[in-house]
Amino acid sequence: MSNQPLLEIRNLKAGVEGRAILNGIDLQVHAGEVHAIMGPNGSGKSTLASVIAGREGYEISEGTIAFKGQDLLELEPDKRAHLGLFLAFQYPVEIPGVNTTYFLKSAINEMRKARGEKELDAVEFLKYIKTKAKLLDLPGDFLKRSLNVGFSGGEKKRNEIFQMAALEPIMAVLDETDSGLDIDALKVVANGVNRLRNPNTAQLVITHYQRLLDYIVPDVVHVLHDGRIIKTGPKELALELEDKGYDWVIQEAAQTA
Amino acid sequence: MTETEQIKENDQWLEAFDAEERAMTPSSAWLLPFRKAGIAQYAKTGLPTLNDEDWRFTNIDPIRQMAFLPMTAAEKLDNRTLVNVAYPLKEQSTIRLVFLDGRYQQESSDLSALPAEAIALPLHEALKTHHAELERHLGNCSYQNDNPFAALNSAYFKDGLYLHLPRKCHVDTPIQIIHLSSGNAEGKGIFPRFVIHAETLSNCTILESHHGLNDACYLNAPTTEFVVDPEARIEHVKVQEESQKAFHMASIYVHMGRAARFRSHYLTMGGRINRNTIRTKLDGEGLACVLNGLNLADGHQLADNHMIVEHAQPHGESHEYFNGILDDHARAVFHGRILVQQIAQKTDAKQTSKNLLLSNDATVDTKPQLEIYADDVKCTHGATIGQLDEEAIYYLRSRGIPKPVAQRMLVHAFAGEITDRIEHQAIGAELNQIVWNRLENFSNFRLTERQ
Repeated sequence: MSNQPLLEIRNLKAGVEGRAILNGIDLQVHAGEVHAIMGPNGSGKSTLASVIAGREGYEISEGTIAFKGQDLLELEPDKRAHLGLFLAFQYPVEIPGVNTTYFLKSAINEMRKARGEKELDAVEFLKYIKTKAKLLDLPGDFLKRSLNVGFSGGEKKRNEIFQMAALEPIMAVLDETDSGLDIDALKVVANGVNRLRNPNTAQLVITHYQRLLDYIVPDVVHVLHDGRIIKTGPKELALELEDKGYDWVIQEAAQTA
Repeated sequence: MTETEQIKENDQWLEAFDAEERAMTPSSAWLLPFRKAGIAQYAKTGLPTLNDEDWRFTNIDPIRQMAFLPMTAAEKLDNRTLVNVAYPLKEQSTIRLVFLDGRYQQESSDLSALPAEAIALPLHEALKTHHAELERHLGNCSYQNDNPFAALNSAYFKDGLYLHLPRKCHVDTPIQIIHLSSGNAEGKGIFPRFVIHAETLSNCTILESHHGLNDACYLNAPTTEFVVDPEARIEHVKVQEESQKAFHMASIYVHMGRAARFRSHYLTMGGRINRNTIRTKLDGEGLACVLNGLNLADGHQLADNHMIVEHAQPHGESHEYFNGILDDHARAVFHGRILVQQIAQKTDAKQTSKNLLLSNDATVDTKPQLEIYADDVKCTHGATIGQLDEEAIYYLRSRGIPKPVAQRMLVHAFAGEITDRIEHQAIGAELNQIVWNRLENFSNFRLTERQ
């Protein structure tokens, strides 16, 4: 295995409409690792996820993001997905009239096209997708329904993980996927993520709370505050944060600064 | 000088009627008075202007300026011509009635799948053989001349269709009306008349399509009357693909009885200035009426749907859904009036108008109107106008779907909201394809593809 990180963020500064949100992020994620990013509300967690995925509307004033050695900031969101990057949305979008099966078939075949692989025909696709759907315990008719339309919050999150399972990304970023999930749904989601774990993939789990990390055990935990990573530690750090809150880390960082 | 005389001085429709009247060999005593009532009604108003409340968003000056004359010539359709027309359900066997410039074409039509008990006759024949029935249907609806184009149709129709389904008659095969306008129609007004009577517990699907054979400039002003008796069901699909230089001014009248079902779908794609003027009278308890339309307009096209849904009895349900996808300088007009009479308690009426603008120069005028005299009813209306949802595009792109593909998925989905309501599956699938082909010719649709 090469020493080059899968995802390498250097001194990333970004904002919206002149307001700085990320104030110099440095982060390296290697293949085979799970990193958790924790932090209080407003610390910049979702902005970081959006900038990695390529959402429009953010000004990047400084810094770089490299994925598999390529400059991610130069690429459109769909090209980033083709490289094997996946974002599970905090708020998955409802798209009336776009049938879930049709959407997934398009997505999978666009990925395959980009990688120079043969597109799946209808039969191959359905066979493939049904095995994936079983893993996520989704309602029976959801493949026929419009994308996320009429889904409960929990169903939407499971649908995100289902899409992730179907697209088999190299790097998955989960943006507060645990919010609004009951414990059973949480286990289903965690199970979906854990199935993706192997020496060639990595996961970046963004969360406010520690409880998801009981099921997706991270290798590294980062604390994000005011657009900076102010502390990095082993998985035990998450438990400590759950126990004591964020204030002590913030104070500690202020003293060393 | 009276107002009528003022109009008459320079109105070709009024002038032409004298000649029309002389040439007429009335097949029944009521027909000439009926036509005269039509022209008299027209004479009261002439062609509408923007000052007319019902026409305030639709400027028909180009129609006025063209000074169309009634189409008198009757040509026979060459079957080779029909082969080249892309009419819907072309590859399937249907009950097929073909018209050219307003006249029935027997040799191109095929009625072999029509049940023996049902009647489908060209109107000019039915006026001889079924004049009593036609007098009842045509003459009974005094409100039917309430727009000038319907009044002109009453004065000038030459032919059309009389369709009658007796009690419990189920026609499973779609009944298809194909109306073609040829180059001979240049400068002319065509007035086909379709009369459809479905008796109690009968059921049918009617697919009506209008096609311009070339880029002639003509006025096609069909009037269609539906009488839907108690517990009968009609699904009506209308596809409008007139020449881009033509004008299509349709009038649709529907009279529904108790527990009747009427679903009507309007796909407007052709023509320069176009309108469906729809009047439905929900005259029985427990019935359901759906008016469902999609406008696809680009260039300088205008697509207007103007409807009055009258709830005249309790426990009726009516839904109107009109979506538009507009490009270039296209315009859409939605005028939906729900009229609930005092007796019509427990009415459930909804209407929505949604428009997707692909260009900054496209415009939409929406005028919903609720006129309610009953006190226990549910009536709602909603209208939206907008561009494609950026958030949805980003979501699709994050899954590897390129931007132009994502945009097309969303446009298709928007059109699909309407076409999905067609219950007849083969027709629904066919219309989806027709919609898709039409959208491929939109300039801003092609642009997104090239990005």
